[in-house]
Amino acid sequence: MNPAYSVLVFTTASGAGYGMLIWLGILAPLGMLPANGWFGFWALALALGLVTVGLLSSTLHLGHPERAWRAFSQWRSSWLSREGCLAVATYLPAGVFGIGWVFFDRPDGVFALCAALAGLLAVGTVACTAMIYASLKTVRQWHNLQVLPIYLVFALMTGALGLYAVYAVFMAGQIWLGSIAGLAVLSAWALKWVYWNGLDDSTGESTAATATGLADLGPVSLLDLPHSEENFLMKEMGYRVARKHAVKLRGIAVLLGGALPLVCLLMSFASSGGLAAVLAVLALLSGLAGTLLERWLFFAEATHKVMLYYGAEAA
Amino acid sequence: MTSLPKTPPAKRLGLVIDLDTCVGCHACVVNCKEWNTGGYPAPLSDINPYGDKQSGAWLNRVHSFEVGRGADSQTVHFPKSCLHCEDAACVTVCPTGASYKREADGIVLVDEERCIGCGLCAWACPYGAREMDPLGGVMKKCTLCIDRIYNENIPEAQRQPACVNTCPARARHFGNFADPDSEVSKLVADRGGVDLMPEMGYRPTNKYLPPRPKTKEHTAAAGRAALAAADPDGGFLGWLDRLLSD
Repeated sequence: MNPAYSVLVFTTASGAGYGMLIWLGILAPLGMLPANGWFGFWALALALGLVTVGLLSSTLHLGHPERAWRAFSQWRSSWLSREGCLAVATYLPAGVFGIGWVFFDRPDGVFALCAALAGLLAVGTVACTAMIYASLKTVRQWHNLQVLPIYLVFALMTGALGLYAVYAVFMAGQIWLGSIAGLAVLSAWALKWVYWNGLDDSTGESTAATATGLADLGPVSLLDLPHSEENFLMKEMGYRVARKHAVKLRGIAVLLGGALPLVCLLMSFASSGGLAAVLAVLALLSGLAGTLLERWLFFAEATHKVMLYYGAEAA
Repeated sequence: MTSLPKTPPAKRLGLVIDLDTCVGCHACVVNCKEWNTGGYPAPLSDINPYGDKQSGAWLNRVHSFEVGRGADSQTVHFPKSCLHCEDAACVTVCPTGASYKREADGIVLVDEERCIGCGLCAWACPYGAREMDPLGGVMKKCTLCIDRIYNENIPEAQRQPACVNTCPARARHFGNFADPDSEVSKLVADRGGVDLMPEMGYRPTNKYLPPRPKTKEHTAAAGRAALAAADPDGGFLGWLDRLLSD
């Protein structure tokens, strides 16, 4: 599948933003957030900024962005519509929580309840994003039970790295939060590793023979394409660029998004002041870069069944 | 709207495609483009249509497959357009209600005014029935020529999809699959019509008739045997053969 940059940026950035909202929604009711308006401002600015950049980026993928509002109507059947509804709904409680925290220094009481609600909606939004892919039977690498937990754990990972960075820059690094982020980093890449190994051990159930219904006549293989030039389907579903480097790229993703953030986190635990802040920001940036590469691979390694009509043997 | 009809459509209109008689001439492809670039989904745009690297939206394409191996192989031309599935995933994934299945006749259509061009329906279709219009930014697909089949301004004999009307080999048939006595239902019953990718569970309406088994005299082996050197069987040539063989 063609990895459209707008979609990669969307799921990575908004995943991190919703991940931050999930952590804020857990920490606020527990009374673990500082009653400090400025800190609240920067934490929510980063979280909602990432969410908003991601959502705006996703509209670049559309043929008619000006009609995007229509996507709120089909929540009964469409995961994409559900995602849009929950994405926008999340802003409401997050906004009320922000008013309480930023203007009244109060991340508690009713505002903490709003934080919890925003966190729940954020979980729902990320889950819907994952289900857009996981519900497609046409792509076996996506139609997989591990896709939903992977999206959620990556959101928790980048969200925890984001919140830790805000602490380190505007207050002081919190080792307990950094440790949670480190655990999230480990779980995210462990889960992804299991997913990758599973893909390598499986093949698709559909073949050129089932796609043409000609199995009874012998082996089926493509002789001629319908046209001499590439068409929309081949460009969109037949992406092949750098697929041969997939295994190396997986390793780079794990180093960039897994090993490097862990090293930065540990070094920031051992340092203080400006250095700790720089290391925390580096941990966040490398985590985001690794996640972006992981999303690129999620598309580039995905094979679509329509390619059975364009020369693929199984999908 | 993007939920599928709750009760099965009263009519199930679709195509039967006969892979035995299709000669791979692409006339259906061209006539589909010609009619539809001026019809319901108009225009079907092209990028650089007369130059290098042209691309554009087409609703019907003919692929060619080699089936079998060696002397027993055969070429099967394979026309493919929307199959108007009963469980159409392209409809349920649509976030805007642009993609829908008609309750009256089961035809799957795109309301282009509502389409945001997200492309998700094309991702959901295993058959490659949907193509993004490169200039319009909206999804295009086979309409089963709804602007022909119900069109009272054209002669009754022509109220068929353009691809069916134009096929010189009569390899495409249009009809109502809900009626067991229709021509298409009978063809499917008589010739063992099949679903494409039945494992997907989308229950396509269109059916494909597999090529008939080859008779012995039409195989490549029979042709080669006919060309092999043979000795004359008696008569004058037999006498000459015996004379020259000595």
